Formats: sequence, structure tokens, C-alpha cells
Amino acid sequence: MLHIDYANYEALRAHGEETYPHECCGVLLGKSDAEGNHVRQIVRAGNTRTDSAHNRYNIAPIELVKIQRQARGLGLDIVGFYHSHPDHPAQWSPTDFAEAHWFGCSYVITAVEKGKAAITNSFLLTGTSEEDKKFRDQPIEIAVAEQAQQ
Amino acid sequence: MNIHIPTPLRAYTGGAETVSVPGATVTEVFNNLTSQYPDLKQQLFNTEGKLRSFVNVYFNDEDLRYLPEKEATAVAATDELTIIPSIAGGTDAVSPCCSCCPSL
Repeated sequence: MLHIDYANYEALRAHGEETYPHECCGVLLGKSDAEGNHVRQIVRAGNTRTDSAHNRYNIAPIELVKIQRQARGLGLDIVGFYHSHPDHPAQWSPTDFAEAHWFGCSYVITAVEKGKAAITNSFLLTGTSEEDKKFRDQPIEIAVAEQAQQ
Repeated sequence: MNIHIPTPLRAYTGGAETVSVPGATVTEVFNNLTSQYPDLKQQLFNTEGKLRSFVNVYFNDEDLRYLPEKEATAVAATDELTIIPSIAGGTDAVSPCCSCCPSL
């Protein structure tokens, strides 16, 4: 299960709308336990694939180093990543799979149809090596903050 | 020196995010790291003993691949190594969306 609050969920979807028709990408910071990955904060990242940003994304390693350092300072871990699929289903592609190396992390994909965020799915990268890795569908639990009683 | 371990590899360091390993060069540090945590070796290196293509190593804020002496770079106790697997992907759509996006 991927646990995320509504504000962060909407923020990562909005990121995909802002960068449309190009792919957006970012990092999910939080904690993992037996119940899944719990997102506490999302961090937007730049897409270095300016040569083909409509169908490719890549986060610069140095940006990841700095985000991991930021997470450490907050007492959090990198628990996943997100990106958008402009005018393409919210399903992982062969490229997504080939480039996935963060076992135990959630890979969140939002389909952005004609500039509007549509379906958002999460996939958990399971396995221990390049040879046995698999993407598994991962349910998303969205926490909605209770409104203050008047 | 301290080595920062990414989330997916902490299963091989007993859950530690940061491990302290001695060594005078990056190579020595890596040898000591994989001696201390043997299961890390196949995660980091291919069968030829080279870093796997998707494994990035940063010496402080510098990419190890672009340092003049690469793995032979001398290290001090106050330096840091960060291991960071790459993150990338995409839709595999083949048509360009606009004039700035060439077709694959």
C-alpha cells in the first residue's frame, strides 16, 4: 500500500499538468514499514531529458544526492518516485521497467490527458536484483485531513 | 569515511543509512565496504568487477566517473561517498509532441 495525504497526491498530479505535454518527475520522501510506503513530502525534480521530454524522464544523479541529503536532514527516506505520462496510460512501460532499480520503492505514474491529470497508479518494485525484479500493482490510500469543526 | 546508502540497498547494511568504512582511496573504501557487507558486492558491481551502469557514486558532490583519478582518488575521513541508483523512464510513445521534441 502507498499511503499519501490528499495535498501531496494533488500536488504530484498538478505537477504533471504544469509540465504537459512534457513528462514531470519527482521524489517521494517518507517512511516504510510493514504496511507499505508512507509519503510525508514530495520533492519536484527537473527532467534532464530535454531532448525527448514528451516521452522520457531522467533525474540528474546529483539532484538525487541532494534530495537524499534533504531527506536525511528531515529524518525521512526516499520511498518512491513519480512521473507523468502525457496522453498515455498510467501504466509502466518497458522503459520504466528497464530503468527501475529502487527495490521496495513506489513508482507513481499519472496519465495526463490533453493537459488534465487523469488516472494515477502506483507500482511497487519488488525483487532483489535485475534478474528477478517485478513491478506489482500497489493500492494507493489517500488520507483526507478532517475539516476543523465549526 | 562515511558512505550513504540508498533505500533499496539498506537491506544489505542491516538497515543503516550511513556506514563508516576506512580506506585511503575510493577503491580501498569499496573493498572494505564489501568485506563488511558481502551481499552489497553483487548489487554494486558486475561480474567483471565494474560498477553497474545504473549505480552512481558521488565523492562529496562530484561524480566519481568524472574525477581525474576515478576509483584511485585519495579520500580523507571527512569526505563522503553517496551511492545513488539512477532513476529514469518514459512512455515509449514514438511521435513527437511539438517541434522541440524530436521523434525517437
